[in-house]
Amino acid sequence: MIEYLSSRDFLILFAKMITIFGGVMGALAYTTLLERRIMAFVQMRPGPNRVGPFGLLQPIADGLKFLFKEQTVPGTANVLLYYAAPIVSIIPALLSFSVIPFGPDLKIADINVSLLLIFAITSLGVYGIVLGGWASNSKYPLMGAMRSSAQMLSYELSLTLSVVGVLMIANTLSLTDLVKSQQGTWFGFIPKWNIILQPVAFIVYVLSGIAETNRLPFDLAESEQELVAGWHTEYSGMKFAMFFLAEYANMVTVSALATIMFLGGWNGPAFGPWWLQMALPTIWFVLKISGFLFVYMLVRATIPRIRYDQLMHFGWKVLLPLALANILVTSFFVAVL
Amino acid sequence: MIPISWYLILGAALFLLGMLGFFLKRNIIALLLSVEIMLNAVNLTFVAFSSHNGQINGQIFVFFVLVVAAAEAAVGLALVIAMFRNRETLNVDRSNLLKW
Amino acid sequence: MIELLFVLFAAVALGSAINVLVQKHVLYSSLSLILLLTAISALFVLMQAEFLAVINVIVYAGAIMVLFVFVIMLLNLPADEDGVDRLRWLKLLGIPMVLFLLFMVVRTVWKVETDAPAPQLAGTAQAIGASLFTDYLLPFELTSLLILIALMGAVVFAKKDL
Repeated sequence: MIEYLSSRDFLILFAKMITIFGGVMGALAYTTLLERRIMAFVQMRPGPNRVGPFGLLQPIADGLKFLFKEQTVPGTANVLLYYAAPIVSIIPALLSFSVIPFGPDLKIADINVSLLLIFAITSLGVYGIVLGGWASNSKYPLMGAMRSSAQMLSYELSLTLSVVGVLMIANTLSLTDLVKSQQGTWFGFIPKWNIILQPVAFIVYVLSGIAETNRLPFDLAESEQELVAGWHTEYSGMKFAMFFLAEYANMVTVSALATIMFLGGWNGPAFGPWWLQMALPTIWFVLKISGFLFVYMLVRATIPRIRYDQLMHFGWKVLLPLALANILVTSFFVAVL
Repeated sequence: MIPISWYLILGAALFLLGMLGFFLKRNIIALLLSVEIMLNAVNLTFVAFSSHNGQINGQIFVFFVLVVAAAEAAVGLALVIAMFRNRETLNVDRSNLLKW
Repeated sequence: MIELLFVLFAAVALGSAINVLVQKHVLYSSLSLILLLTAISALFVLMQAEFLAVINVIVYAGAIMVLFVFVIMLLNLPADEDGVDRLRWLKLLGIPMVLFLLFMVVRTVWKVETDAPAPQLAGTAQAIGASLFTDYLLPFELTSLLILIALMGAVVFAKKDL
């Protein structure tokens, strides 16, 4: 074991971990800036552009603000669970990035059930919300936490079922093999992406993903007009920043999974000199994820919030039967063809 | 390679802890939690034997144990809610109307 | 190395099981049970049953325990009060008896011999699915019926007025 720690393989793995983790944390910080700018442009105002050129130092200013804020704890709160909830929220959110392949070699772990592992980790993230809402010992966080966790559990069903169609076509649960099964093209120019074979599953997955990460139009549990701020009402300073980062990390995870399963992951046309070709898969992957994030933010800026009973009706009575019907039709085609 | 007896002893210890909790606790939800500990110990033993003998049957049975545990937890908690609504307490010693 | 991992996860499992029994408030007991479930999933991975480990987390720790935590929070249960402990002698007698039972199990199991090396088992989804949908198809369909019955039962029991 000590020999492994000093060997070349471990150093390469360590370098990959630093690259992926550093890249993800930087991306999360700048996703907050991106969201504010996009929403501002939709609403015909400039957005944050004073701190640094084009507002590019804004996330650093936000981080400093969160660090120096006063940490308040409500008097009657359950102190152990109050401090534990942001930790329980952010650890699963960041743990998902250990199995996501950012390129043919740029991945930390290659497990043969990695897709199910990500679903398991996101289902553990529900506890951060439930504990945060309950530990604050006040009515708005409790209601927000109950609603949000019920919503997340309901949409987890249609999320996992919508993916089964893709798994039947690709015959594997490993994310790396899912990407490799979408290499190549038909007729020379149509890429072999699963979105062409499974359009219904794609729509169900995207809608369930937006509901799973508690974003507009499905964010009644944390909206400003209804519930002050939902389960993170009583949190301030760095603990709120952890909840915030966990939400954005979940968004990036859902986008990454959507590109891996439906848009071909890091596959893309390769061109240029050898050093460009080595970095090109990661660039394609990041571009596709950015496209998804852009759509996320446009949806947030445009569509009104839906009511909670409409939300539950939509999840159980529309998306779940649609996902099941998709499985039925896909299994018929896979068995016959 | 870990000898299978280690897993079996761990499974037995967990099962006995669950049994201890089941006999000694008075809160109904704590009783349900003790039953879940026992079921998990049984799962561990099944998977240990399955990997020791190289057959997949043990893991299939764990699958069914998981399903039964889910169904039992759902119905048990519904009963807990109904009981709490009627008696305002979850102490099993207080639900003794049928006692002579 | 693998023995170290086993000892670590076994210690976490035993510690959280003891914590389930010792805590007075039933919410802390449920959270300890979630820790126990993740430790057991880690032990499954050590035994090359990775599909079952992930399913354990998704179903048990991610759905059933959320149900438990929901019910505890919605009923707003207080910590158990220290009343007259009529079971005190039983508790004092119970622990040595359980230890004796454990000693008997250890004595039986310690002599299990691993003479032949174990045939390699792949605990992948393919292996479980192949067996589940051919040899065990009838129990599989019956479990779907069981879940339906449990669903109806839970709804009927928890309704305020039938």
